[in-house]
Amino acid sequence: MFPNYDVIVVGAGHAGCEAAHAAAKMGSRVLLCTMNMNTIAQMSCNPAMGGVAKGQIVREIDALGGMSGIISDKSMIQFRMLNRSKGPAMWSPRTQNDRMRFAEEWRLALEQTPNVDFWQEMITGLLVKDKQVIGVRTSIGLEIKGKSVVLTNGTFLNGLIHIGEKQFGGGRTGEGAARGITEQLVQLGFEAGRMKTGTPPRVDGRSLDYTKMEIQYGDENPEKFSFSDETKPLTKQHTCWITYTNKEVHQTLETGFDRSPMFNGRIQGLGPRYCPSIEDKINRFAERERHQIFVEPEGWNTVEMYINGFSTSLPEDVQYEAMRKIPGFENAKMFRPGYAIEYDFFPPTQLKLTLETQLIDNLYFAGQINGTTGYEEAASQGLIAGINASLKTQEKDPFLLKRSDAYIGVLIDDLINKGTEEPYRMFTSRAEFRLLLRQDNADLRLTQLGHSIGLADNTRLEKMLDKKNDTAKLINDLKQKKLSPEGINEGLEDLETATIKEKITIDKLIKRPQLGILDIMKLDDEIGQYLSKYDKEVIEQAEIQIKYENYLEKEQQMVEKLSNMENYKIPLNFDYLAVTALSAEGRQKLHKIKPETLGQASRISGVSPADLSILTVYLGR
Amino acid sequence: MFSLHEKEDTIVALATPQGVGAIAVIRLSGKDAIKICNRIFKGKDLESQESHTIHFGTIRDGDRIIDEVLVSLFIAPKSFTKENAVEISTHGSSYIVNQVIKLLIRNGARPAKPGEFTQRAFLNGQFDLAQAEAVADLIHADSETSHQAALNQMRGGFSGEIAKLRGELIHFASMIELELDFTEEDVEFASRDDLRILVEKLLRVVEQLISSFDLGNVIKNGVPTVIAGKPNAGKSTLLNALLNEEKAIVSDIAGTTRDFIEDEINIGGVIFRFIDTAGLRETTDVIESIGVSRTQEKMKTASLILYLFDLGDTDMVEINRDINKLENLGVPFLKVANKLDKANDQFVNELKANHPDTIFISAGQKEHLDDLKSQILALVNLDKFKTGNTIVTNIRHYDSLVKTRESLLDVLHGLDAEVTNDFLAMDIRRSLHYLGEITGEITTDDLLANIFSKFCIGK
Repeated sequence: MFPNYDVIVVGAGHAGCEAAHAAAKMGSRVLLCTMNMNTIAQMSCNPAMGGVAKGQIVREIDALGGMSGIISDKSMIQFRMLNRSKGPAMWSPRTQNDRMRFAEEWRLALEQTPNVDFWQEMITGLLVKDKQVIGVRTSIGLEIKGKSVVLTNGTFLNGLIHIGEKQFGGGRTGEGAARGITEQLVQLGFEAGRMKTGTPPRVDGRSLDYTKMEIQYGDENPEKFSFSDETKPLTKQHTCWITYTNKEVHQTLETGFDRSPMFNGRIQGLGPRYCPSIEDKINRFAERERHQIFVEPEGWNTVEMYINGFSTSLPEDVQYEAMRKIPGFENAKMFRPGYAIEYDFFPPTQLKLTLETQLIDNLYFAGQINGTTGYEEAASQGLIAGINASLKTQEKDPFLLKRSDAYIGVLIDDLINKGTEEPYRMFTSRAEFRLLLRQDNADLRLTQLGHSIGLADNTRLEKMLDKKNDTAKLINDLKQKKLSPEGINEGLEDLETATIKEKITIDKLIKRPQLGILDIMKLDDEIGQYLSKYDKEVIEQAEIQIKYENYLEKEQQMVEKLSNMENYKIPLNFDYLAVTALSAEGRQKLHKIKPETLGQASRISGVSPADLSILTVYLGR
Repeated sequence: MFSLHEKEDTIVALATPQGVGAIAVIRLSGKDAIKICNRIFKGKDLESQESHTIHFGTIRDGDRIIDEVLVSLFIAPKSFTKENAVEISTHGSSYIVNQVIKLLIRNGARPAKPGEFTQRAFLNGQFDLAQAEAVADLIHADSETSHQAALNQMRGGFSGEIAKLRGELIHFASMIELELDFTEEDVEFASRDDLRILVEKLLRVVEQLISSFDLGNVIKNGVPTVIAGKPNAGKSTLLNALLNEEKAIVSDIAGTTRDFIEDEINIGGVIFRFIDTAGLRETTDVIESIGVSRTQEKMKTASLILYLFDLGDTDMVEINRDINKLENLGVPFLKVANKLDKANDQFVNELKANHPDTIFISAGQKEHLDDLKSQILALVNLDKFKTGNTIVTNIRHYDSLVKTRESLLDVLHGLDAEVTNDFLAMDIRRSLHYLGEITGEITTDDLLANIFSKFCIGK
């Protein structure tokens, strides 16, 4: 009934879809298993993609040839470039999406990808032989053979949903939990843990009074995620709204605290500090009189609204009462209450940098099973796992991204070396080379790499190369072309920036904080005409590279400085346990993770600077 | 490579300086330190004694008594190296010391390599890196002041100051990261003015530490000093007089000091290192040769020049010309007139009138040397040291501090140019990175933990 697949993907969320698509694109025969074909690529939480650090990840996925950017573009209802007032490294694209269209677009894209087969059933176990995975077992007892398996189970592994004092098994509201896999993995020697996340109530948009809220518009000139020409920016956008909680809301919520699974100890998993439930916010930051609430539409046509900022697992009656004290929510009708969900994860320190497990060959983990949170984090892991599963079955070298290559590199390096105690979310501050890992240059950083493994197509590569060459040419020209005082001083005065005394090359003007290339186009007709030949993206790229040249150079130097540590290899058979001088924790962690370089060792949590010095001494430096 | 198996050895070395002293201390460290010592010690059974006890007895080679000694016991981990350790105090004869060490080696110990005690202490987690380096300095410390600087560093003075600094920087960095990563949040951000004040404060501390380096270096390596003078001016007589006076020859190469012009002399607790200016000696007209570039470079590297001339063999024209040249060199110098005992009074008076700061000595008779020494000391500014401030003596720390300063200045420039916080953050991170080279890296987890503990974040 089934062929011997190259890659079997278990779970069809953000991670599973990217994994299946990437592997199939690279020529692998792929089977995508899901418990329900109608819920492929669900946005289980907020109907949005991107945001600070996450938007950069989506751009990176797209640059490599993944699908999340294109799917997001096709289903977006609003686009905003966050942090425009900050430097270019902070510019972060974010879209509000039509939840149903997002799922539909993904399913259609996968259906149109040659080499992807589907199977709808719960996978209850793995087929393992000699420490190597050889397939999966289904709930009705089918055995499906595969050379590699990617597990992307999300919150489904022994998922347990909490609403007040009620609790029931499930991977999402209305969907059953997945059983069997955790137990088998633990038996195989994996360490498992429990995590918790939550989601807010959904309400009927017709019952809200928007006049009492602030409107949040999309960008005036919206952009998009994908570098490819396959998608277009929006011409029409939806708005969102902002409102605030108040003391009354907080007091009402507090009446339910004794029935809160968060506070009565029923929830054992650890939730994220940065995405707290509303009861957690009130509890931990009692001095705050209000908290922000974002009202986000779930789609173009639906009236369903997502109440971002109001994640809660309090009893539904308390949720309801409290919510109705929020300005604009006086008559709110609830579609469904918020809930908390606990699920199994496997500390990611048990993985290799390819996301293959250390214990079982050809078995890969991606997404929440690794203790991460977020669609973007999941999708990027799925992509890397899918790529590497495919490469391994083709007996090719693994595909690894360094911390200085991409946020995706930072994410995986952090997971493997530090593990995570709480659901791991990407922040720009996690990337030490943030200035280099920008959304505007994701294609310049990664498309060639994506192309070299057969994922990004020729059109993408050519487009990127054009952008790169044009940018280099433009920068070169701007460093040579001069403007004279007579020609532009008047214009400079209008722009409230210092006039010039003698001829000056254009790049020097661009370095002024008040001036951009667009301003300079207006200063001089000839230059304006010359510049208008260039693509908007090229102009933006040239401006960033000129304006921030000094900073970018300094950062590049840091990359090179630190790469010395990265290049310092530790022998594979190095016996950490014999080095009694290492701290007990450092010794155990090093033994477990077996870092390949001193640089990697330095990032393992529990490995102290003193441990590193000791290692360097032992390694003869 | 440092092998594991070497680490199991018991090592032995003389812990006090080579040479004649009242007592000498031989130190043993390693698993079998006490056992090995017990084999040659007659007195109590050392292996059944408590840690931190001292025992009187004799060291014997068979029946032959080598010396009466005091043995101090340190049982692991309560020793400097965190291993079993023994210190044997013998009488300070190099013959006795050599005999005892040989005997210990015959009984299972191995001679320690340079710095191996410190290395073990460090490997066994006794110190952080900065402290371990201070210990190494301490071991090489040759004078009272350098001893104190090393001790200060070892007590954590340096680490402490840096740690405090870093704490403030981490907070600073957290505030910036908060604004960058959580821009959508409803929280208040730090004001740029406050940030500027903080950076300026940090800069002052870093500057202080940096400027202490020159002083620290002087304390550690000695004040580079040149005696400039014609061969018959009494240069080596003066050197010998100073050396004999102090009886503190600290040159590394024992027994060779007289053959070298380079010597280290301890004056009032400060080491003065007399630089070999061989180029000078071969030139008949010494001061003329100041013009020769090689010699001039030597002179320039000195912190102090003693211009020495023979009162009976030098005229005022020559002195004025030489002094003029020295002044152009820009290195502090003292005018030292030698052979006062044979001098012509009229010339001395003339000299006093023209150059009232001249120091008159008679090196051969060892007269007025105290004058010279107090003048020499007065030229070396040790105020900072005496106030007990932290002094940086390690070149690696110095480099890191200089780079920290650079990065902090970049932060200030960034504030001036009104760049956005992502760029400021980069320079702050660079600052933290360079500080981290001294005390250990700061991770983003630390920053995030700081943020999450202080602010309500997240939707």
